[in-house]
Order: sequence, then C-alpha cells, then structure tokens
Amino acid sequence: MHRLIAYCWRVLLLAMMLAAPLARADLTVDIVGGGSSRYPLTILPMQNEEWLPEAVTQTVKSDLAMTGLFGLLEPPGGTALPASPQAFDPAPWQQNGSRAVLYGKVSKLEGGLLRLTFWAETVNPREQKLAAEFDVHSSQLRDVAHRIADMVYEALLGSKSLFASRIAFVVQKGKESRLQVADVDGRRAQTVLRSAEPIISPAWSPDGSRLAYVSFENKKPVIYVQDLATGQRRLLANFKGSNSAPTWSPDGRKLAIVLTLSGNSQVYIINADGTGLSRFSYSDAIDTEPVFSPDGRQIAFVSDRSGGPQIYIQPLDGSKTVRRVTFQGVYNVSPAFSPDGRQLAYVRREGGRFKVMLQDLATGDARMISNSAFDESPSFAPNGKMVLYASDEGGRSVLYAASTQHPGRVKLGVLEGQVQDAAWGPFNP
Amino acid sequence: MKVLPFVVAAAAVLLSACASTSNPADSANAGNTAIVSGNSGSTTGSAGSSSLNPAQPLPQVDAAGAEAAAYAGVNGKSVFFDFDQFAIKDEYKSVVEAHAAYLGKYKGHVLVQGNTDVRGSREYNLALGQRRAESVKQSLEVLGVKPEQVEAVSFGMEKPRASGTADSDHAQNRRADFAYQ
Repeated sequence: MHRLIAYCWRVLLLAMMLAAPLARADLTVDIVGGGSSRYPLTILPMQNEEWLPEAVTQTVKSDLAMTGLFGLLEPPGGTALPASPQAFDPAPWQQNGSRAVLYGKVSKLEGGLLRLTFWAETVNPREQKLAAEFDVHSSQLRDVAHRIADMVYEALLGSKSLFASRIAFVVQKGKESRLQVADVDGRRAQTVLRSAEPIISPAWSPDGSRLAYVSFENKKPVIYVQDLATGQRRLLANFKGSNSAPTWSPDGRKLAIVLTLSGNSQVYIINADGTGLSRFSYSDAIDTEPVFSPDGRQIAFVSDRSGGPQIYIQPLDGSKTVRRVTFQGVYNVSPAFSPDGRQLAYVRREGGRFKVMLQDLATGDARMISNSAFDESPSFAPNGKMVLYASDEGGRSVLYAASTQHPGRVKLGVLEGQVQDAAWGPFNP
Repeated sequence: MKVLPFVVAAAAVLLSACASTSNPADSANAGNTAIVSGNSGSTTGSAGSSSLNPAQPLPQVDAAGAEAAAYAGVNGKSVFFDFDQFAIKDEYKSVVEAHAAYLGKYKGHVLVQGNTDVRGSREYNLALGQRRAESVKQSLEVLGVKPEQVEAVSFGMEKPRASGTADSDHAQNRRADFAYQ
C-alpha cells in the first residue's frame, strides 16, 4: 500500500505565472466560526525546517485551516520530529485524536538547492497516504508549501484541492484603485493595474491568462481585457453610454457584457477580440451582472423587470425563454455559478444587510453562508468547495472565504486600503 | 474634499468648450464664427489645426467671457434623487433647464454621470445610476438639447460625494452630475 510519489521541482517553476511585482498588500488568514466534522490532522515541523528562510509548514497549516475542512491539532512541545517512516511512531497521535500526521525533513543539496521530503500517514490503522520530495531554491518555498497543501488535501480528502489558483481583487487606497492578483491566501499580491479612477468587476478568463475589468479612467465605464503575463491591455468595449459587467464564456471565446445602447442596461455578447456584438437580453428594465453557466448553454443575470432586482436564467439557444430563480427577498444580485453548475451563489439584501446566499438550483433551497452586514461579489473556488466574497467590517473592506460544505469562514484580513470585488480564478495552467 | 477635481474639471471643461466652439463645423453659427476666425488669425496654422488644440488661447475675451460666465452658472449643479428613484423632482427641474439652456446656446457635449449611494451590488448600482443619467438625458432632450450633445453614463456607487453612512450622506450620493467636454 505504500506509494512513493516523487516530485522534483526545478528552477523554472514560476516564471510564467507572475509579472514583476509592483506592490504588495499581504493578507492574513484568520479563521472564523467552528465545525466539528473537520479532518483531525497534526502537522509536525519538518526536521531542519529552521534552515529555511520561511516556515513552509506554517503556510501548509494556514492553507489547510483556510479550507475549513481540517481541524489542526497542535503537537506538544518537545515532540520528536521523525525524518523517515521508520522513525515515525503513530502511538502518541492515536491518543491525541489525530486521524493523520504530516511530517518530513529538509536536506541541503549541492548548488544551493534544498530537498523537502515529507510523508502523510493515517495513524489508526497506520497507512501511508503520501510521500513526496521537492528539490527547490529557497525562492520557491511558498509555491512548494501551497503544492504540499494541495497534495495533503487531495490525499486525505480524495477530492480536488484549490491552492493552485489565484484570486483577483481591487484595493482602494485613498483615491487610487489597484487591481491585484494574489495567491489564494491573499499573499504575494501583484498589482495588475493602478488608476486614479475606480476599477470594478474583474473577471478571469477561463484559462487564467487574462482579466477583463471595468475602468472609469475615461470619465465613464469602459471594459478592458488585460493579459497578465505581458501586462498589455486593450479596449474590449467602449460604446456610447456605460460599458460594464464583463464575464467570460467557458471556452474563453466570448464575453457577456452590459451596455446601455438602448437607453437601459442590457446584456450583450461580444467576441473576446471585440468583434461580433449581439444583444442577448430584451427588457425595458435593468438587466445586468450576466454570468455564463459552466456548460456555456445559459446565462444567469440580474433584472428588475419584476420590480426589485431578482436573478433570472436564460438559455443561449436564442429561445429567449427566461426563468426566474430567486423568489425569496426583494433584492437578489451578483449571481455566480458553482463549477458543477448545480448551485448559485448570490447576494441578498435583507433588513438593510447584504448576505451571501447559496442556492441549490434543482430544489430552489437557499442558505446564508456569510454573516457580516455588507457582503458582496461572491465567486466560487475552482473546486467548488469555497466561496470568496468581499465584506465591509466597521467601515473597511475585507475578504472572506466561506466553505460551501461546513459552517465557517476564513477572513483574509487586509493590512491597508479597502479590498473589494473579489474574483476567484481558475486552476493555474 | 472634492474641490480639486472640480477645479480641474472646470478648467478642462472651459478649454474643451472653447475648443468645441472653435470647431469649423460650427462656423455657420454666428455666435461661434468670431472665435474660429480669431483663433485662426492668431496661429500659423489653419482654423482646422487650431481647433484641434484645446490649449489654444482665445483672443475673443468677450465671447469666451460670456460663455465662461454662462458655464459658471451651471457648473457643479447636480440633480439629486430620492432613494431607489430616478424621476427628477420638481426642485431640480430648474437645474436641468439651466443645463439645457447652456447646451442650447453654446452647443458642446456633456456627459451626464449618474450616481448612487454606497449600498449593494456595484454593477446593479451602476445600472441604477445609468437610469438616473438617462432620465436627465431625456429631460434635456425634451428641452431641445440634441441627442448627440448628451451621453448618459454611470459611476454607480464608485464616486460618492459623501463617504458617511447617514441618510444625509446617502442623499448627497444619489445624484446626476454634468461633465462638459
């Protein structure tokens, strides 16, 4: 049953991922709320981990804690650190309630490389779930930590993890807006665009290479598409009136956008190169916030055609048969499809508070997954297990990630500025 | 707090308004012909090239001064709306009429920028702000302003004039501004 998976990461791990850093706005992970059904796990420091310039197991811990799916147990001080399966004794961990233990070691290789070797084992019965090895430079440790978290998640839970993805958000600092892209835990934020005018509604292309967004730099809202690797951007839509609310089709070839050519906000479809504009929604009301379903066959959007804003779904087959999907509450906005297309996250206003709801599309049942007063812009993790949203807390904005399976949220506490318009990206290529 | 942007906007508006009045296409209009000829006389280029330079000083001080005075009469005058409403209240009809009169006399182009208070969905608020801007645009057109002179756009909740959360703050943010180009 012992499996050995060896991963050797060499130098070019990251080069294609991120442009040169312009600014940092590190966030900190802060777990809110409880859950009794979490996987009990002890993560031991790696032997010789003090050789590393950053504590890899701390990042693994905060990643796994952030998922809301693991209950992390603290080892008692003075615990011996096993550096091999032969040296691992499951007995103390059977007694402290752990279901599994992660342990490992750091070795120095020639040329400044570091070797990180680690194992994950269940303790009762004892079974090795994971063994892996990374040879890396110290600059790659954070990527390795996220990768280890993904491997532990997948080995112990048996489902796809989420740390091989990034999030985008807008930070308001004074009058400056910064569109940023960061790791899932909010760290290593890179500024994609800074502007003296507002930036809103960032939307990831399905391959994670581009962001569409709305910029007010031309005294009106217009839509740009920006390549993240090169930083190059171009206008997607600058029609008369307002241009807003871009989202991508699953194949990345089209975007749904909102234009006001008819004198009211309506949903249009446009090719990703800015050609081929066609109108999608037809009402004399507001139609906005379109999102494609994951199968690309329909679009959910917000319309106040019935009075207040509610969420509707309309197929893309040209039939124009519109189905209303929200009936509770007088204000339901900002829909997001889960990756499997079965659920819709959206924001409901209730008693002057704005909450993130999670609705089963088959049954219509909806439950609240956020608990602050002003929560906005929900988006799903690419594995569907968490929903990211922005929230207002005592006059400042913060990001939260809520589990879609268990009660509980993680606060990604911002250090400076106001964070808004969070968008969880796809799995990294 | 908003003084500087307004000053900058006013300066830009004055310059661009001057540029638009010096456009040769307007030379048929008696009120603007003097400015076009004055401009072309003060430069080595043609009237066409001077019309492309909004920073060109205008020797016709009287006409420019009258326009500046007229502009000062409408500059910064906004229309405010009730919660969740886009109808123009009676008390703001005179504001719309003043802008319509200015646009009728001095031509030019205006962006009507709708705004909402800082609550709720950014994109839905953008659409609500658009509805307010369209409401003002329609009123201007009823008063004789040509459709091509007006573009209705929205800032949604992104440009609050008041950042507080009191009702009076929200009331200041539910408005349409006029940005002359």
